[in-house]
Amino acid sequence: MTRAQPAAPAAEAVDHRTSAAGAAGPSARGAAARRGRRPSLFRRERVLQLCFLLPAVVYLLLFFGAPVVRNVVMGFQNVTTASFYTGEAPWTGLDNYADVIGSAVFDKALLNTVLFTVGSIAGQFTIGLTLALFFRRMFPLSGVLRSLLLLPWLFPLIVSSAIWRWILDQDNGVLNRVLGGLPFVGDRLGWLTSTSLALIAVILVNIWIGIPFNAIILYGGLHDIPDELYEAAAIDGATGWRVFRDITWPLLRPVVNVVLVLGIVFTLKVLDIILGLTGGGPANATQTIATQSYHLSFGQFDFGQGAALSNILIVISLTFAIVYLRATRRAVHE
Amino acid sequence: MTALTRTTAATGRRRHRGSTPHGVGRGTGWWRTVTGVIILAVMLFPVYWMINVSLQRGGPAIATPWVPTDISLDGYATALRDQGSNLVTSLVIGLGSVVFSLLLAAPAAYALARFKIRGAEVLLLGILISQMIPGIVVANALFGFYASLGLLDSIPGLILADSTGGVPLAILILRAFMGSLPGEILEAAWVDGAGHIRTFVSIVLPMSRNALITSALFVFLISWGDFLFALTLTTSPEVRPVTLGLFLYIGGDRLDWSPAMATAVLASLPALVLLVLAQKYVAAGVTKGAVK
Repeated sequence: MTRAQPAAPAAEAVDHRTSAAGAAGPSARGAAARRGRRPSLFRRERVLQLCFLLPAVVYLLLFFGAPVVRNVVMGFQNVTTASFYTGEAPWTGLDNYADVIGSAVFDKALLNTVLFTVGSIAGQFTIGLTLALFFRRMFPLSGVLRSLLLLPWLFPLIVSSAIWRWILDQDNGVLNRVLGGLPFVGDRLGWLTSTSLALIAVILVNIWIGIPFNAIILYGGLHDIPDELYEAAAIDGATGWRVFRDITWPLLRPVVNVVLVLGIVFTLKVLDIILGLTGGGPANATQTIATQSYHLSFGQFDFGQGAALSNILIVISLTFAIVYLRATRRAVHE
Repeated sequence: MTALTRTTAATGRRRHRGSTPHGVGRGTGWWRTVTGVIILAVMLFPVYWMINVSLQRGGPAIATPWVPTDISLDGYATALRDQGSNLVTSLVIGLGSVVFSLLLAAPAAYALARFKIRGAEVLLLGILISQMIPGIVVANALFGFYASLGLLDSIPGLILADSTGGVPLAILILRAFMGSLPGEILEAAWVDGAGHIRTFVSIVLPMSRNALITSALFVFLISWGDFLFALTLTTSPEVRPVTLGLFLYIGGDRLDWSPAMATAVLASLPALVLLVLAQKYVAAGVTKGAVK
């Protein structure tokens, strides 16, 4: 998930109620009482229960916990490829951060990250909500069409990048061929090669990829709104926009919050799409914090600076993560 | 990922079945079908284009005809020759990741859903937060770990790395499902003297079959589609998933789009299969609801 990854927490939010309702299995206390009152049995029971959790916990600590800690440490070190074999990585204090933030690319990358995220989310959400509203009503074939809509979202991101790279090709791409047939378009546009268009093109592709996710979650949210409310509104003579403004939107708000915050967090870390389409170019026109961090670590093999930049990205992401968790909690309680 | 949302969607549909809540009568729905088909045609045009290009005769980059009138499988032949072993690598990594993720996630999900363990909330919070951590952070640090452990350019290394997507996802899906299992059945097993392990293996797992399949499919899709770890944790052509193969294809100098798009089609096959299978699950849910 970077792209595909995602969504679990949203599902989590949507499904919280079911899981909370059924948590009545054999509890530790009941078991201990039945087996006898000896504390050693009680402890054995606890140990056994923890064994169910242990492998997953160890894995998560090794593959999420340790990398984050390591990344924070590397941010203060001068780490090169050789460091991994010699073990030598001199401490450099805040030099990495100073270098990273002071570089000319940083401002550009930060601005691009904001534009990319805001543009992608605005497009995905608006179109996703429109489609969710459209598919809310049953019509012949609506089920089939709705599942087909998911298709682009299930593709590997690099596949989507490859397809669009050819569609957006300046000389032979199908988009320019269509546009060339229109009267008001002059030269063939360099969607991925012009510094003024590349970011727009990358945003458009990311919108295309994200529409299904937004549509399906919002569709689920729409269906949780009781029909009675619409019937009542119809009796009161409310129609169209008023129904949407007074009933649909307020009741959809918790789901909207979750979709938006999740969308932001996932868009911030997008890497595959940009690397596949433009590689961050031309002239850093599509460079974001995530891609720049990749280039520092795996292009210039300055892992210290790469770590410093990606730590900045973590801070931005976690800020939104906190907002997300609050939104989720509200969504569950409401 | 979508799995649970999809279930919710199915339930929703069931509830609305038979009623026409917003005055949409029978017969007036067809214009919506037409609109829907047009929307889908626009949204899925890139998919059509991928298939169209993949069926064209190979050659230098020239404007592709609108329809593949002169169908050629040359692109696929080239793709299989160049990317065949990469496809196998991806398959092995995907399957390995499914096994690994479910082995870890299923017991953990059961514990989180059924045991009253102190700190479970914290773990759940940790799982949610782990989803927010950018992949580049994990890759950046793993590269160092892997270099010292000799796990670079290895299939086990990629299985472990790709499971960072699969394990949390599978835990979340399975936990929600196992929490909704009827408590009486588990209590009954308990009264009959079955321990936690027996209850889990012979009752909980079989009952969770559908949730396990759903998790497995999505875990597979995540690992199959992984690009970042393939890009950062491999350095040689020996272990090269198809996503990386495709990336190197389209980044090449003398690019021939027909085999590149044939590779893209082959790399999308799991998504297509998943869609067909999941569609079946959704349909089953709707039928069950209608019978009730």
